[in-house]
Amino acid sequence: MQTAKCKMQSVAPTDFRPAATWSILRRRAELLRELREFFDRRGFLEVETPILSADIVVDRHLDPLSAILPDDPRRPDIGRRLWLHTSPEFAMKRLLAAASEPGAATAIYQVAHVFRAGERGRLHNPEFTMVEWYRVGDDMAAGMSLLSDLCESLLKTGPAERISYRDAFLRWVGIDPLTADGPALAAVAAGRDLAIPDGLLLDDRDAWLELLFVELVQPNLGQVPNMPSEIGRIDNPSYRAAIVYDYPASQAALARTRPCMSHDAVHDPPAREPPLVAERFELFVRGVELANGYHELLDATELRCRFAAANAQRAAGGKPRLPEESRLLAALEHGLPPCSGTALGFDRLVMLAVGAQSIDEVIAFPIERA
Amino acid sequence: MPSYNTSEFRKGIKVQIDGEPYLMQHVEFVKPGKGNALYKCKLRNLIKNTILDRTYRGGDSLEAADVTEIQAQYLYRQGDSFVFMDNATYEQYELSKDTVDEAWKWLKEGMICSMTLYNNRPISMTPPAHVVLRVEFCEPAVRGNTATNVTKPVKLETGAEIQCPAFVEMGDLIKVDTRTEEYLERVKE
Repeated sequence: MQTAKCKMQSVAPTDFRPAATWSILRRRAELLRELREFFDRRGFLEVETPILSADIVVDRHLDPLSAILPDDPRRPDIGRRLWLHTSPEFAMKRLLAAASEPGAATAIYQVAHVFRAGERGRLHNPEFTMVEWYRVGDDMAAGMSLLSDLCESLLKTGPAERISYRDAFLRWVGIDPLTADGPALAAVAAGRDLAIPDGLLLDDRDAWLELLFVELVQPNLGQVPNMPSEIGRIDNPSYRAAIVYDYPASQAALARTRPCMSHDAVHDPPAREPPLVAERFELFVRGVELANGYHELLDATELRCRFAAANAQRAAGGKPRLPEESRLLAALEHGLPPCSGTALGFDRLVMLAVGAQSIDEVIAFPIERA
Repeated sequence: MPSYNTSEFRKGIKVQIDGEPYLMQHVEFVKPGKGNALYKCKLRNLIKNTILDRTYRGGDSLEAADVTEIQAQYLYRQGDSFVFMDNATYEQYELSKDTVDEAWKWLKEGMICSMTLYNNRPISMTPPAHVVLRVEFCEPAVRGNTATNVTKPVKLETGAEIQCPAFVEMGDLIKVDTRTEEYLERVKE
């Protein structure tokens, strides 16, 4: 009888070592401790919510991963499909819907691993660490202050410069993003000699706004300014962080919207309805997008509409539709207290703190060697 | 030819744009948190050697280019054409003066060079980094070091002329760096 011989030759992958150095992993742990202290000191409760869920956010540009929970281990491909969350938003809002119960927390935070397909690059790994927090009673201004404080505390920047999406465009692009149409935005992109992707439809306003923002606005955000302002404001050279707020309503995601009165509206009343803006804000440090926050949308009907519209856009782009119903919508129908919430990419925060050039330097095992 | 989806874009892939072959030199993935993915690419045209900057949106694709590298032996020159042979397939390729460009200086019968083929047509050729060639003609070596006599022009068997140390004699074998076009050392027979 022959016995099987174990193969002596190794076929295991050779990149079993971590991508990040121990020095950086230690600094990362330090920053995580500092972050927890920041929130604990302010009365936030640290929570943990599931990565797997039957629910998933419906967004034109977010592509989730999923897993099958098999009923029978012998048939692992058959069972309930559960989604890996792209952010703990849904579950954390469901917690806040119970905020009026006795002993409830009205300020919560979480450090969670989140997952996004199709995202890999110098600043992206498909699995990354998101810090997300919510506080009942905060409006957009309060949410921005808290975000600015966190940034100051962990990254030692000065207080974040606040600039509206519209003012940022007027300053660095020279066009009003809230009122300009697709062709006008396209003309600006061509005029500034940007590399324009083929197939960008003229009337896809958001796509043009994104292109102009990424190429012309974002590189200036959270940098020490070296050029005089074009609209007469004095630049403060100690600013290293910038928070952009009042995004176009079409980019609202889960933020509430309101009509935006322009600065000149008092002296030069607009002939038509003021455009809607989303109470959404983002933090940029040295041109890197670090966090995204909302004054949260509370209206279930409105959110359902947005998910339906997002699904239509997904389908038009050849992407699979995602389930539109969710327990979050049930929670909103029950009633969510007014609040503001923010999500921050913790790996990028570490990158900025240690001066890393790639996210791989701050992650123990990036996706290729996970 | 198959195509590459944007999620497959990475340095080193060879693609076809407007009928010409390009090498992907650099891909920068840009994605705002709530926006579409953009792939900012730097591509090198393998025929013209120029750089192209192109931005692609997530979901776009590029046709793969049939680009291969082979080792080919230089056979002979025929007018303005240089004839090479793929040692593995015995297929012969004719390269124009333009494609060979400055490399004519180092081509000696039998020399193995690397060649890039696009759709089975040669588009570029690189001679080996170091070649050994015979000195066909130069002024005789002068005894003793003098300040004015450190190097002298030397004509090689291929017809190329380079600067060599004064002690080099006609008939010597010398090693040349084809990239810098510089004398490296004298070689024994």
